[in-house]
Amino acid sequence: MPQQTLLGQIWDAHEVVPETPDTPAVLYIDLHLIHEVTTPQAFDALRARGLPVRRLERTLATMDHSTPTEPADTLEQLEKVALPAAAGQVRAMIENCREFGVKLRGLGSPERGIVHVVGPELGATWPGHTVVCGDSHTSTHGAFGALAFGIGTTEVGHVLATQCLLQRRPGAMAVNVSGRLGPGVTAKDLVLAIIRKLGVGGGTGRVLQYRGETVAALSMEQRMTVCNMSIEAGARAGMIAPDDTTYEWLRGRPMAPRGADWDAALRRWALLEDRGEAEFDEEVSVDANGLRPMVTYGTNPGMSAQIDEPVPGSGNPAIDKALAYMGVEPGKPLLGRGVDIVFLGSCTNSRIGDLRAAAALMRGRRVAKNVRMLVVPGSQQTKREAEAEGLREVFLAAGAEWRESGCSMCLGMNGDTVPPGSLCVSTSNRNFEGRQGPGARTVLASPLTAAASAIRGEVADPRELMSA
Amino acid sequence: MIAAATMEKITRIASRTVVLNIDNIDTDQIIPARFLTTTKREGLGDMAFHDWRYSGDGQLNPDFALNRKENQGRAILVAGDNFGCGSSREHAPWALLDSGLRAVISTRIADIFRSNSLKNGFVPVVIDPQPHRWLLDNPGAEVVVDLEQARVELPEGPPAPFEIERFARYCLMNGIDQLGYLLRQQERIDEWERQRARRRQRA
Ligand code: SF4
Repeated sequence: MPQQTLLGQIWDAHEVVPETPDTPAVLYIDLHLIHEVTTPQAFDALRARGLPVRRLERTLATMDHSTPTEPADTLEQLEKVALPAAAGQVRAMIENCREFGVKLRGLGSPERGIVHVVGPELGATWPGHTVVCGDSHTSTHGAFGALAFGIGTTEVGHVLATQCLLQRRPGAMAVNVSGRLGPGVTAKDLVLAIIRKLGVGGGTGRVLQYRGETVAALSMEQRMTVCNMSIEAGARAGMIAPDDTTYEWLRGRPMAPRGADWDAALRRWALLEDRGEAEFDEEVSVDANGLRPMVTYGTNPGMSAQIDEPVPGSGNPAIDKALAYMGVEPGKPLLGRGVDIVFLGSCTNSRIGDLRAAAALMRGRRVAKNVRMLVVPGSQQTKREAEAEGLREVFLAAGAEWRESGCSMCLGMNGDTVPPGSLCVSTSNRNFEGRQGPGARTVLASPLTAAASAIRGEVADPRELMSA
Repeated sequence: MIAAATMEKITRIASRTVVLNIDNIDTDQIIPARFLTTTKREGLGDMAFHDWRYSGDGQLNPDFALNRKENQGRAILVAGDNFGCGSSREHAPWALLDSGLRAVISTRIADIFRSNSLKNGFVPVVIDPQPHRWLLDNPGAEVVVDLEQARVELPEGPPAPFEIERFARYCLMNGIDQLGYLLRQQERIDEWERQRARRRQRA
């Protein structure tokens, strides 16, 4: 029998009860990631029925969204620096985890951080796994050959109570990528180009499987960046079949299998490797050759252009509205547009490789006057690693701020916001109106483009600084 | 019978429409992130479309559709393509429901938003572009979202059929909370876990 799609293989292996025309499948969930924003009402639902958490060992809890990026190792310290409602939510998380016996990687924990950085870092996300979280960027974990998708709070309650979800099987779409990424062009630029091609609703009802030589050549961190943004094309999930890169990354991580279990896992995972036989419901092709750094000019991640390419002229009302909101001139490239803030962080681009790439460009240079640059490592572990390598000094010497890990300025709910009308070059994943604060203007870009823009004080092409 | 009714039963929603003719309305517009620090489901209605509803200085924006006098009390929103894209925040349907809306009609609705809506009795309706166009052009039209027939009755022309997942429709129409159904699968879940553990041991 020819190999099924990765989605099909994982789906079949997790169907506790198969779907029928009248009822969805009962799908088993291997790993449930939880954080403070989308769980309080789910724990309430458990309490209302007197139910326990069914599988504590499959529940991984941390805090990231409303947690401030000022140092705070205890609730008392946090209450001094956090917005009151945010502190309340953090307190609810601590109390819920204590009451239900969930181990929380919370304030003061060396393993705290953005949920989609922490899971892979600990080796909790495995090939062939089903992974869910009350967060749309759960698609990140698909980089490991897992079926990973975001759910709402009611479903968080379902998984806490039963370790299962009621689901219909989505369609599978292959995204075949060929060609080589040039110097200064990154996985972030690639995924922005893919989203532009598919459109922000183009993946609706689908799981994307990224394939081809370009994808095979990506590191695990780069694969996570690509899968992370699958949801921005409307897709349910994004995934990449496992290979040696995946296994090398996982080997020896605290929650990865060990000893004989590791060998058995490798045998299981080998069956998931892409043999190129699977039939998809839909296929698209993307050529990475000649791709230049990408930036968004509008108010959704599909409104993007190569950095020196003119943004659309006026005429389309949706684009006119977006350009007016952004204060961007129609028909001109974004290159050279003045910048107020640069944010290096978020579950898309806050891993050690992202910090290294930006630091390499910034070493010995300074952030332009009038630009505020915020560097927020994805996790406390990434922060320590970066500090041990001396990256903190590079950023501080350049005049950037160095923070505790968390979602920070990716979404303005923890005190880190972009003021109204300010333009922020951000390595995060969403440029929706008001995403980084009311009236904030967001330009999505790679860590390299962000670093170059910080130095130049305007949207800048990192390749110019790399050759200099 | 699959489970006992614990939620409100919904079979028909009849209302005049409110039109927001904008494509790709994302969850950050439906409810901005800064209002997600709540630990409750209730009371979010005032935050629905907050930054469109209010200007920067907190004044009600009189031109915004949901603020207009004639639109008060209307329960059916007609929105542009790809409604609800973005975040998984269930606060989005909670806020819409709390603001008095009970259904949205579009040509495409984002997956997680749709799933969240169905679990809260907010009805996501996807119809063909032609009747959708008509609805966009005729704000305030009197329509009926009929779950039984899975169609939208319009003041003129044939009704517009929509697809809705059968189990979700059954739950909406009978007021069933899906957790109850899942909980009754516990034995099969136990058995599945045991079998997988055995397979792993043999491997
Ligand atoms: S970093 Fe941004 S996108 Fe990622 S989980 Fe946090 S808020 Fe969501």
